[in-house]
Amino acid sequence: MNAHRILHNARWRTALALAMVAALALAAGALGSRQTGKATAVTAMIGSSGPAETYAVNAAAKAFTKQSGIQLNVIVASNLGQQLAQGFASGDPPDIFYLGNDQVATYAKAGDLASLDNLKNVKSFYPSLRAAYTYKGHLYAAPKDFSTLALVINTASWKAARLTGKDYPKTWKQLAAVAKKLTRSGQVGLCTNPEFHRLGVFMIQAGGWLTSKDGKTATVNSKANVVAFNFVKSMINAGSMKLTNQIGAGWGGEGFGKKECAMTIEGNWIAGAMTHDYPTVGYRVVQLPAGPAGKGTLQYDGGWGLAAASKNKADAMAAISYLTLPKVQLGNAKAFGVMPTVRSASTRWKKLYPQFAAFLAGADYSKSIPTVPDIQTVLGDFNQQLQGLPNSPVKPILDRVNSELQAILK
Amino acid sequence: MATRVAAVRWWRWREPGIRGHQAAAGWLFLAPVIAILGLFLIVPIVMAAWVSVSDWNGNGSPFGANAHWVGLDNYRHLLTQPGLDQSNFGTAIRNNFYYVLFVVPIQTVVSLLLAVLVNRRLKGVGFFRTAFYFPSVTSSVAITVLFLFLFSPTGVINKLLSFLGATGPAWLYDPRGLFHVILDQFGVSQSSSLSSQYFLGVSYWDWLAGPSIAMCVFIIMAIFTTSGTFMLIFLAGLQSIDDSVNEAAALDGASEWRKLRHITVPMIRPTIFTVVTLGLIGTWQIFDQIYVGTQGSPSNTTVTPAYLSFNTSFNSNEWGVGAAIAFILFAIIVFFTLITRLLTRNPDRVPRRRRFGPTQSLGNPDASHVPISTPGGAP
Repeated sequence: MNAHRILHNARWRTALALAMVAALALAAGALGSRQTGKATAVTAMIGSSGPAETYAVNAAAKAFTKQSGIQLNVIVASNLGQQLAQGFASGDPPDIFYLGNDQVATYAKAGDLASLDNLKNVKSFYPSLRAAYTYKGHLYAAPKDFSTLALVINTASWKAARLTGKDYPKTWKQLAAVAKKLTRSGQVGLCTNPEFHRLGVFMIQAGGWLTSKDGKTATVNSKANVVAFNFVKSMINAGSMKLTNQIGAGWGGEGFGKKECAMTIEGNWIAGAMTHDYPTVGYRVVQLPAGPAGKGTLQYDGGWGLAAASKNKADAMAAISYLTLPKVQLGNAKAFGVMPTVRSASTRWKKLYPQFAAFLAGADYSKSIPTVPDIQTVLGDFNQQLQGLPNSPVKPILDRVNSELQAILK
Repeated sequence: MATRVAAVRWWRWREPGIRGHQAAAGWLFLAPVIAILGLFLIVPIVMAAWVSVSDWNGNGSPFGANAHWVGLDNYRHLLTQPGLDQSNFGTAIRNNFYYVLFVVPIQTVVSLLLAVLVNRRLKGVGFFRTAFYFPSVTSSVAITVLFLFLFSPTGVINKLLSFLGATGPAWLYDPRGLFHVILDQFGVSQSSSLSSQYFLGVSYWDWLAGPSIAMCVFIIMAIFTTSGTFMLIFLAGLQSIDDSVNEAAALDGASEWRKLRHITVPMIRPTIFTVVTLGLIGTWQIFDQIYVGTQGSPSNTTVTPAYLSFNTSFNSNEWGVGAAIAFILFAIIVFFTLITRLLTRNPDRVPRRRRFGPTQSLGNPDASHVPISTPGGAP
């Protein structure tokens, strides 16, 4: 009899105590997030490709502090997306941060980003790059650099296959032909990552794309895209092309550097990997061949975003303006091989790096990933499906991704 | 009678009694633990539960103006609305189901056998106890990285296989399901009737895929790393069996196998329940190996609900859906634990009405003879 009463009371007391603890904890949390104090320093969070990039950004930050008197602290994130998400949720995100154009719509829609329409040097950027960062009429990141994909060729293998400077492929047919010739002595002609972010170039060359021109309809399963992936499959079936997951390489640059393949489709960042990891492999970069609908390549944009919750927006904008100046961009180009986003710097870049002219030439006919919230989720699934491309027909993959993309376009 | 008195007098618990002040002191001593548990356990669970029924988008506090009540929309989105989120969720459930199906039985049997092997008074047995336990104390991240190298297409495992004249698969890059591969050997390939029917966004044919070759690497790794831990638990269970029981069986002429089957296993039934339950919880929550090893590739065949929950929240910014996945995962784990409880309960005991009563603690069936005071005074 007593036992029951005690149990009853104990439950009440436990519940009461827990409720009080919960209330206290919530109060503490609420107070904790309302940090005040002098917000003079600006925090920049970057996802760095390596020591060279980290060093270059830190040097630029120091120069900015020296010039403006505004303290600019650089934090290198180990997982940028996750750390940004934590910052947005806590209401105390870094003031400025790296932002890829596939993420910009997702964050802008959630209200995490402040518009950069009033940035001082907003007019200096290429219009196509500004468009890649525009969501619902507002600019949400300042383009800091960009990259395109081109065809990277192992010069020794090229010579060994008795190919000359006249043989650089201009069409798909020629690409298939040289890949076949280069497939010899344990090396496959062409290798690339099994993902949209590489194979997508064939979609553009065939005249296809992810969406219609107005961006309202998904066109992933269009005839042109089927043609594109069937071409890829025909090269795989002929044995002159392999996906990197078939040769156990992490990415095209690794397969290329380890001489598993004689050609790969990669972006400017391959230059850094070749210098540091495979200095003995000679290579040459040429433009990608044209498909049935002409030339086409994919473009990747890097930008600086500004947090809506930043307590120091004026200083943060000044920092972004500085970090996208032509001289800083040329410094970055030298340090880690990216291309500048302002026209005045581009001419200079072309003179400095003639061997990479093919990358810059690609800017004329390249496409960026559409600025749609959640697009990275759909493209993630596209990549996962493409990993099975050698063993599965093309149409079901494209149909699946098409319906997924249509669902987020609405 | 008792119930009514308690109900009327619940507020009079301060009533000075012979131990009245001891209660206050007790609560004082408990306060730090309650505060810590509340802060790090109760509050996060309540927050996650709220997020799973809200449209919070990751901007500001989930209890702020940016989150609104949406009822069970997130759960409905996962369970009933066809789309990418649903097929990802279905794929994750399938992957993890096969992972559990292979890991839990195998690791339980292996660890039991290991425990029986090292439960002898032999020279050098201490070395083996340590050796078997060693993988369990190594960081899962370190072991995952090691396995990435071992199972690379040009790695040690495939080199070994090639010495034996076999060609190894591409392991972590191979998305083919194990059952599909076996069926393919018998000439059975994709049947159209099974691939046009869908459950949770995954076709029946794909539900039958079995673990992918890539997932098999994680299965092998889980058995390798956790068997040592469970061996230790079994060892403790084995050592609680009185020697006289085994001696009596030996005198009756029982073989080693019969002793294991008819004496050891029935006597350590509670330990088996503990091991299987811990195994189920651990395997349904697999995250770090996936995060470090494959991030869900190839072709989503190593995505698990725990990893999907993280990815949906942090990378796709769909926090409500991510939290809903976590709670469905919780329900799955509770469901399987109850099943295990039913299967391993001692058949010799009279079934009770309150089988999951508060005084029946894990792994201690003897506690069940303590009288439970139930409102109706039932058995």
